[in-house]
Amino acid sequence: MDFNDTPEESAFRVRAKAWLAEHAPAHELPRGVVLADSDEADRARAWMRELFRGGWSGLTFPKELGGGGLSGIEAVIFSEEESRYHLPKGPFTSIGTGMALPVIAKHGNDEQRARFIKPTLNGDITWCQLFSEPAAGSDLAALRTKAVQADDGSGDWIVNGQKVWSSFAHLTDWGILVVRTDPTVPKHKGLTFFVVDMATPGIETRPIRQISGMSEFNETFLTDVRIPDANRIGAIGEGWACCMTVLMGERLGSGAHRSGIEPLLELAGRTPADDGSTMLDDKAIRRALGEALAEEQGERFFQARLRTMVSKGENPGALAGMVKLAYAGRQQKALGIAMELRGMDAIAADPSDEETARLQYDYIYSTVMRIAGGADEVLRNQIAERVLGMPGEVRMDKDVPFEQLK
Amino acid sequence: MDFDLSDEQKMLAEQARGLLAERSPYDHLRKLIDIGAEWDEALWRELGEMGFLGANIPDEFGGLGMGELDLGVISQELGRVNAAVPFTSSIVLAADAIRLAGSVQQKQRWLPQLASGEIVACFASTEGSGPLLGQEASLMAGKLNGIKSPVADAGIAAIAVVQVGDGLAIVQLDQPGVTRTKLDSFDQLRAHYRLDFKDVDADMLPGLNQISTLLDRAAVQVAFEAVGGSEACLEMGRDYVMERQMFGRPLASYQAIKHKLADVAVAIELAKSNAYYAGWASESSPDDLASAAAAARLTAIKAFEMAARENLQVHGGIGYTFEANCHFYYRRERMLAVNLGGRDYWTDRLLNARPGFQGKAS
Repeated sequence: MDFNDTPEESAFRVRAKAWLAEHAPAHELPRGVVLADSDEADRARAWMRELFRGGWSGLTFPKELGGGGLSGIEAVIFSEEESRYHLPKGPFTSIGTGMALPVIAKHGNDEQRARFIKPTLNGDITWCQLFSEPAAGSDLAALRTKAVQADDGSGDWIVNGQKVWSSFAHLTDWGILVVRTDPTVPKHKGLTFFVVDMATPGIETRPIRQISGMSEFNETFLTDVRIPDANRIGAIGEGWACCMTVLMGERLGSGAHRSGIEPLLELAGRTPADDGSTMLDDKAIRRALGEALAEEQGERFFQARLRTMVSKGENPGALAGMVKLAYAGRQQKALGIAMELRGMDAIAADPSDEETARLQYDYIYSTVMRIAGGADEVLRNQIAERVLGMPGEVRMDKDVPFEQLK
Repeated sequence: MDFDLSDEQKMLAEQARGLLAERSPYDHLRKLIDIGAEWDEALWRELGEMGFLGANIPDEFGGLGMGELDLGVISQELGRVNAAVPFTSSIVLAADAIRLAGSVQQKQRWLPQLASGEIVACFASTEGSGPLLGQEASLMAGKLNGIKSPVADAGIAAIAVVQVGDGLAIVQLDQPGVTRTKLDSFDQLRAHYRLDFKDVDADMLPGLNQISTLLDRAAVQVAFEAVGGSEACLEMGRDYVMERQMFGRPLASYQAIKHKLADVAVAIELAKSNAYYAGWASESSPDDLASAAAAARLTAIKAFEMAARENLQVHGGIGYTFEANCHFYYRRERMLAVNLGGRDYWTDRLLNARPGFQGKAS
């Protein structure tokens, strides 16, 4: 066991640091300011271009596909160093690099790889994810958006349906889309995967008014949207396997971490208590935030263990879901405590009090993490079944043709 | 970066696990409790012969000269079977205290005997339900006076390492003026005593300011022990619910049970990861030791607490019987949780170790 860099890793880190020191500062976001979506997206695209010019985009992608051809550990080192700067990173670019590209690389054909990989790595193409539907969230394979092949001999697909929770769908160039192409077979078997140009007629995105007051998620309506067969990824009926590839990318994530608990400890240390000390001297606050900090440290080292597994060619499988499960619950709990220690300001702050506004937003947003990318309950099932070997859930719909389901 | 146990460490774990599974099955633990045994002496002798007791003691003092992670692997396996041996007292605390703070002479005299298991040492710091470091015991002109309680394994120990103020002293227990009074130990497989010292000869360890490091290093080993116990509980609970039928299907098929055990599994992985890091840091990144040890300790006790409780819970009524095996861990977990500084000591240690932070201990 060695937590330190090997000489090779250390040399790589020095190189990454030097490049970032030269190029990252110009791209840093202003701190403490909430940017408009479109501004955030423009900045994210500009950073992607910079990364690509420097040869730091798609680090783990094979060289022949335009990536860096590096190991997972090197990608982690780069993202650790990158996270020292406040850069425009997020779903606007990560859905492309972390979800669309792995699927295209694995399930797509050479022509598709040539069309999409490099333009995504250099920021020319950005992506959104058109997976969930109003009646298909955790049970994604229950999705109803359907595609039928046009009867005009073009081979094109005509898509109708509704997608939801697509981050930045209003600003991105392309979408990854999973639809039902065969309702006569059981639900997982009748799905097919496409990429779709978001400028195609018939696509309408509407922002969702969220409980946070923000609207970064959208509903996307697809009405007679025509998609060329050349934009089908993988075989007809291979959609579920493609989705699994996407979701694996979503689970493994990057190695970068910024402490979620440290700012709350600082807040407690600045909050006066009745007796002249601070709230950080309060035993209950100390215990709660101390426990959270200890778990956060454990999670960081757990991720290091997962990365070691990956670097040795092992597949962590459902173990990887533990990271988000632990993180999301802990953040919500700790942010809730932080609101209590903020006291009455937390429920009615002065409009100029940006710190409290941020805390309120973070508390509201913390609930997203427990639902998106595998809800807590789904992850617990997966851990119980795949890590502990416990029985799977009863699935009434498993062998029933989709069209016969209620 | 390679954040995994080495192949040698994995082999060491397997070797220890194999031996302990054979020598310390649950029926054996039940028998030890029934006959009122102080400890599992035969197992201790065997652990000594195998070299496990001297794993991290330098070779020049009769040990194997291995590292803290190697010792951690052994602690984890001892925790897994809930062994009735004074490993924490004699090796993790007393021998380590002598190693950290002792003179060469003291090391030469005591460490080889401790490494071989020939004698047992206990560690005495608390004086009742007060702070971890007792305040009353005094040592003047080589004579120790005071009371230390509770002291684990004092009934079988030849010597005690006694904390006096900021220092540590070695006391031979078979001398006039030492009284050992057996207490009702909550963990039925680890006997505890009160030690009364009246003008007894004590030999100061010359090293200064070593107690907090000693406790940090011990916390890492206890974390490994707790991780081992947690893993045993999770496995036992899982195996039981897979067998047990209820309302026409295995108990394991209910989400209420699956989710409970999944949460235990997550807690164990976080704790194990902290223990690995702390084991590594205690040698390779000593500046991180306080924080790493505290995080390991806090998360390992939390994992063990969840695992021991939920294991008994999923067993239902049978779990409350002496014939079932849940109770060994249910008791040991609380012993570990309260022992060696409770939650507040380790929370302070963690929070006060944050970079640039000078906190008040509560």
